[in-house]
Amino acid sequence: MDLSFTPEEIAFRDEVRTFFKENLPKDIRDKLVAGMHASKEDMIRWTRILNKKGWAVPHWPVEYGGTGWTPVQQYIFLEEQMLAPAPQMLAFGVSMVGPVIYTFGSEEQKKKYLPAIANLDTWWSQGFSEPGAGSDLAGLRTTAKREGDFYIVNGQKTWTTLGQHGDMIFMLVRTDPNAKKQEGISFLLIDMKSPGITVKPIITIEGGHEVNEVFFDDVKVPVENLVGKENKGWDYAKFLLGNERVGIARVGASKERIRRIKQLATAELDGDMPLIENQRFREKLASIEVELKALEMTQLRVVAAERTREKGKPDPASSILKIKGSEIQQQITELALEVAGPYIAPYRQETHDGWNEPPVGPEWASPLAPAYFNYRKVSIYGGSNEIQKNIIAKAILGL
Amino acid sequence: MDFDLSEEQRMLKDSVDRLVADKYDFDKRKAYLKNEHGFSREMWGQFAELGLLALPFAEADGGFGGGPVETMIVMESLGRALAVEPYMATVVLSGGIIRHAANDAQRAELVPMIAGGEKIFALAHHERAARYNLACVTTKATKDGDGYILDGEKSLVLNGDAADWLIVSARVSGGDRDEDGIGLFLVDARAPGVSRRGFWNQDATRSAEISLSKVKVEAGHVLGEPGKAFPVIERVVHEAMAALCAEAVGGMGVAHADTVEYLKTRKQFGVTIGSFQSLQHRAVEMFVFLEQSRSITYFATMMASENDAAERARAMSAAKVQIGKSLRFVGQQSIQLHGGVGMTYELRVGHYFKRGTMIDTLFGDVDHHLAKLSAMGGLIAA
Repeated sequence: MDLSFTPEEIAFRDEVRTFFKENLPKDIRDKLVAGMHASKEDMIRWTRILNKKGWAVPHWPVEYGGTGWTPVQQYIFLEEQMLAPAPQMLAFGVSMVGPVIYTFGSEEQKKKYLPAIANLDTWWSQGFSEPGAGSDLAGLRTTAKREGDFYIVNGQKTWTTLGQHGDMIFMLVRTDPNAKKQEGISFLLIDMKSPGITVKPIITIEGGHEVNEVFFDDVKVPVENLVGKENKGWDYAKFLLGNERVGIARVGASKERIRRIKQLATAELDGDMPLIENQRFREKLASIEVELKALEMTQLRVVAAERTREKGKPDPASSILKIKGSEIQQQITELALEVAGPYIAPYRQETHDGWNEPPVGPEWASPLAPAYFNYRKVSIYGGSNEIQKNIIAKAILGL
Repeated sequence: MDFDLSEEQRMLKDSVDRLVADKYDFDKRKAYLKNEHGFSREMWGQFAELGLLALPFAEADGGFGGGPVETMIVMESLGRALAVEPYMATVVLSGGIIRHAANDAQRAELVPMIAGGEKIFALAHHERAARYNLACVTTKATKDGDGYILDGEKSLVLNGDAADWLIVSARVSGGDRDEDGIGLFLVDARAPGVSRRGFWNQDATRSAEISLSKVKVEAGHVLGEPGKAFPVIERVVHEAMAALCAEAVGGMGVAHADTVEYLKTRKQFGVTIGSFQSLQHRAVEMFVFLEQSRSITYFATMMASENDAAERARAMSAAKVQIGKSLRFVGQQSIQLHGGVGMTYELRVGHYFKRGTMIDTLFGDVDHHLAKLSAMGGLIAA
């Protein structure tokens, strides 16, 4: 048992840190430090910088452009990316559909799609959730009917994150309406410019446009866009959701936010002293830091166990990462509100290119309330925390 | 980064686990409590035979050269057993002082006494006014020829009634709460001027109130440089905090496992109560606390040998906060989910709850360490 990083791992961390310091564009970094979103253009710019270095898809097999890093190295890379802070790679491509394609897809699909994911030439969206199928994903009703060399797709997907930028969407569709719930589902890749597709924004509580509804009205999809076998889509979806776990705790991102809160609370006065010296405030902060340290160690335990775990089988303990990670992220946004005090109130419209109005009060205060409102999502998406508890109860406790 | 145990560590774990499984079920523990001083000498002898009492001492001193990970392994097992033997008092606390402060000749004399299981040691440091301030020492050490004379009152001395030898902290100079001016002295527990009143704690461990009146200490029994003992005491308490976290994890593991087992077997309304989602979720919340505690215990264990005292202090405070909160939640909910039967003295969950409650107050509770950690600026640099 040796709980510290090896000298090689520390050297690797320093290499990554230095690369980020020298290559992450300042305007992108400043935007993220301020708590604003990276735009589509920012993400493309950063992904291409990483791709040139060979680091855009580090966790993929080497033959498809991966790095061959150990799980610990991959963890360090993700952590440094969050700490920088740099934009995360578009997960729908690199973490979701990419691994499905290189694991279950045809040679043509691999050639056509994988390099375009790594370079973010293709912006992928996810078409899983439906109005009637959220946590109970297998209840989905969008249909794909085979007609000659095409599937005809009808139905509706929802919560399609950043779908307004989407070039392609990967979908779960029902190909056998008579089969049992999980059987009869297929995994389709659809060009979002196809006739019959309509994308409508869903505006979330803070006023932002992050998610969408996508409607499918007799959309023609070539049969070569089916991944793997017809009616086996549920297996691929389970594989995909199992891969989603890496970095789900977002420890690095939470550390970066705590650092930011400390800087702001050192400058902000509470009466005649800096807010950071307010006993109650700083104890709340320390309390979150303790939970985060424990979570970091839990994350490392899961990462270390990856070496010995069967491939494609997610560690049920990663449900803990989701539960605790989301709770901590939410607590941090809550504490950030307290730093701004009354200046959380003025509403400022954020577009994806930044703010379009001058601030009322301190510049740094304006993103804090929107972030707090928006972050209520993290305990809901990717399987709500209640679903995670069901998973642990069943898979770990045997209840 | 490697969380796997080495071959030697695995063997150590297997042997302690086996001893505890064979000789330390809840009924046997009840019998051990009836012995003089409330623990089993026979078990203590077995600890010695397995090498547990020699574990943390250097090989040159007759020990096994174990570190914080080895101590963690033992303490987690002892925590599962709710063991009442004076391992913390003798090996972790007194042994720690001996490792860090005693000179070669003293270690040559004292380590074999502990390692062989012959003598019980206790650390007489805490005083009534100290609360959680480790520097609060009012017991006086007055120079007397080559040696010293001790006068004062020590309180809540863990296993102080069973001890053959006491390691006493006393002030050679400075104010009551100065870090500077504290010394450590080895005192025969039966020496003239030492009087002890042993008592039971809530969790069936034992402690003693000890008065020292004109107690003579010969020069050879002064441990380390008088006046400079604070960093040693602090370091040993940090090591003990890491060990205590491991004990807590062992205990919480049993409380949680017993509770889950009960949910699977207890039937009401024609079904096992574990089929109810609200109870499932509570059991999961306990599990999350347990695993977060295990994680922070690894962190504390890793930091127990850190030489930078401030960094070590931050880590230990963080660990104690997480452990204290977890003990409270897991302890309370293990009773709640057992329902009425959880309230009975006969069932063991209540005893884990009581031990957990005492662990929180040992070396500082959640609020104390939260205040301390936040005053040090927390864990993450701004």
